[in-house]
Amino acid sequence: MTLSRPAKWAFGLMAMVCLAFIYVPLVVVVINSFNASQVFSWPPQGFTTEWWHAALTNPGARSAALSSVLIAGAATLFALVMGSLVAFALGRYSFFGRQTVSLLIILPLALPGIVTALALRTAFKPWLGTSWEWFGVAVGPTVIAAHATFCIVVIYNNVIARLRRMGTSPEEASMDLGAGVFTTFRLVTFPLIRPALVAGAVLAFGLSFDEIVVTLFTAPADVTTLPIWIFQSLFRPNQGPVVNVVAALLVLISVIPVYLSQKLSGDPGHAGGRM
Amino acid sequence: MTAVQDAPVRSRSMGLSTWLYRRPRARLAALLAAPVLWLALAYFGALFLLLMTSFYTVDDFTSLPVRAFSLDNYQTIFSNPAYVKVILRTVAIAASVTVIAALLGAPMAFFIAKVVPRRWRGLMVALVVTPLWASYLVKVYAWKTMMQPETGVVAWLLNPFGLSGPGYGVVAVTITLTYLWLPFMILPVYAGLERLPDSMLDASADLGARTGRTLRSVVLPLVYPSIVAGSIFTFSLSLGDYITVQIVGSKTQMLGSVVYGSYTTDLPFAAAMATVPIAIMVAYLAIVRRTGALDSL
Repeated sequence: MTLSRPAKWAFGLMAMVCLAFIYVPLVVVVINSFNASQVFSWPPQGFTTEWWHAALTNPGARSAALSSVLIAGAATLFALVMGSLVAFALGRYSFFGRQTVSLLIILPLALPGIVTALALRTAFKPWLGTSWEWFGVAVGPTVIAAHATFCIVVIYNNVIARLRRMGTSPEEASMDLGAGVFTTFRLVTFPLIRPALVAGAVLAFGLSFDEIVVTLFTAPADVTTLPIWIFQSLFRPNQGPVVNVVAALLVLISVIPVYLSQKLSGDPGHAGGRM
Repeated sequence: MTAVQDAPVRSRSMGLSTWLYRRPRARLAALLAAPVLWLALAYFGALFLLLMTSFYTVDDFTSLPVRAFSLDNYQTIFSNPAYVKVILRTVAIAASVTVIAALLGAPMAFFIAKVVPRRWRGLMVALVVTPLWASYLVKVYAWKTMMQPETGVVAWLLNPFGLSGPGYGVVAVTITLTYLWLPFMILPVYAGLERLPDSMLDASADLGARTGRTLRSVVLPLVYPSIVAGSIFTFSLSLGDYITVQIVGSKTQMLGSVVYGSYTTDLPFAAAMATVPIAIMVAYLAIVRRTGALDSL
């Protein structure tokens, strides 16, 4: 478009300020993980990799990370099934109460976090004492259920967008050629929505892996996810350097899902699926 | 269909498939049953129970809710100036976060959508999206180190000018929340701007409008609905936060922290307090709807 030169510079400058605002704190976290000082102070006192070694062998952090991965995986699987079912129902049929159902799905993510957290805690109260042991770490069914509940909308959004774009003609063609309902799903519909399922799953996994607001309210006492571990460690000063490293590590691996979803969608402008 | 019926061997799944094919309502019911039941029981039912609980009182000895209808909890909240102050402070913080995010995010979105060459666009969007994937707690932690009084990064930057940083408190909470929810503002505005055809901007320029006038009279009214869409996220997410305020807020109290501090000892009161952000969000959406911004989304 035709923008005056000063206007272009002004927008460029504002964008740079914005990017600096976004990235300076993250860079500080990464630099800080090599800070030799035991207590945080800026500028760093010296360079050390001691904390990285300490963090990577820290049993608390490791089992918390495993617990988070297991919980996020289970919640994602559950949400994948539920979210796809709803997406098919709302994307392929029109019926009385359709708007209500779509509101119902979005609510867990749209309402303020503390409300969802308290509501889910009330719902799962009888099972709050229950925890399972998977691969040697405690995993809470209540946390999985809570995470799955707000992940449904993420899967739903991705799948329904895909269903709308794809239309009904491939499925109709398959049926005309004699394939039944299940064969059509297996050979036609599923391969077509697979990218949406993967993009939604990546997003749901990330959302669950990182969740703290709802997790604190729904986790049984013996279940420690990575966010809970970080949260508790923030109030223990001697854990400082180890928290730094875990934080830096999480900043660095956050590139992976962005890379994955850009690669999967094949569209560079469309990163990270649909919230 | 005749081909299927004439087939000599009909497996069970074929029978079910035909049965389902002929009954779209049954298919719909099969699709909807599990998820709707789950959401209704686990979430909507619980939300309803929570609202009910807010009208109960609590037994002083057992800390258990007593099921007798009363407005005591709401009366406690609105007659105690300390709680009213907490509510007003929370709304003020959420509103400031929204305004700052719009002021920072809208130019950024415009820059990506209309100024940067097309081939750089994907990269720019990725740069904005990537921090969304960095852990929430890590980002709050990052600001804890940034804002640390005297030895923090902000204090270190401001020292040469004879200033000290704001330290922990309302300012730190506002900045951190803005930081957390900024991408939720940038992305919808970017999407809105991408839909805006360049020809409209060219037409405005051809009709003699300078850049400022085009931005004010053409771009702003057209992306306004997207800014409102972004503001729903930034406002709602800030309203319900209780973690950030614990980490960088020093002794600052927000709605969420009051709920967090009271749900084990007095669930009815916590429920009443949690109803407040729901009411505020509903009011906000009603106001937004009146401006007509939701219709054009």
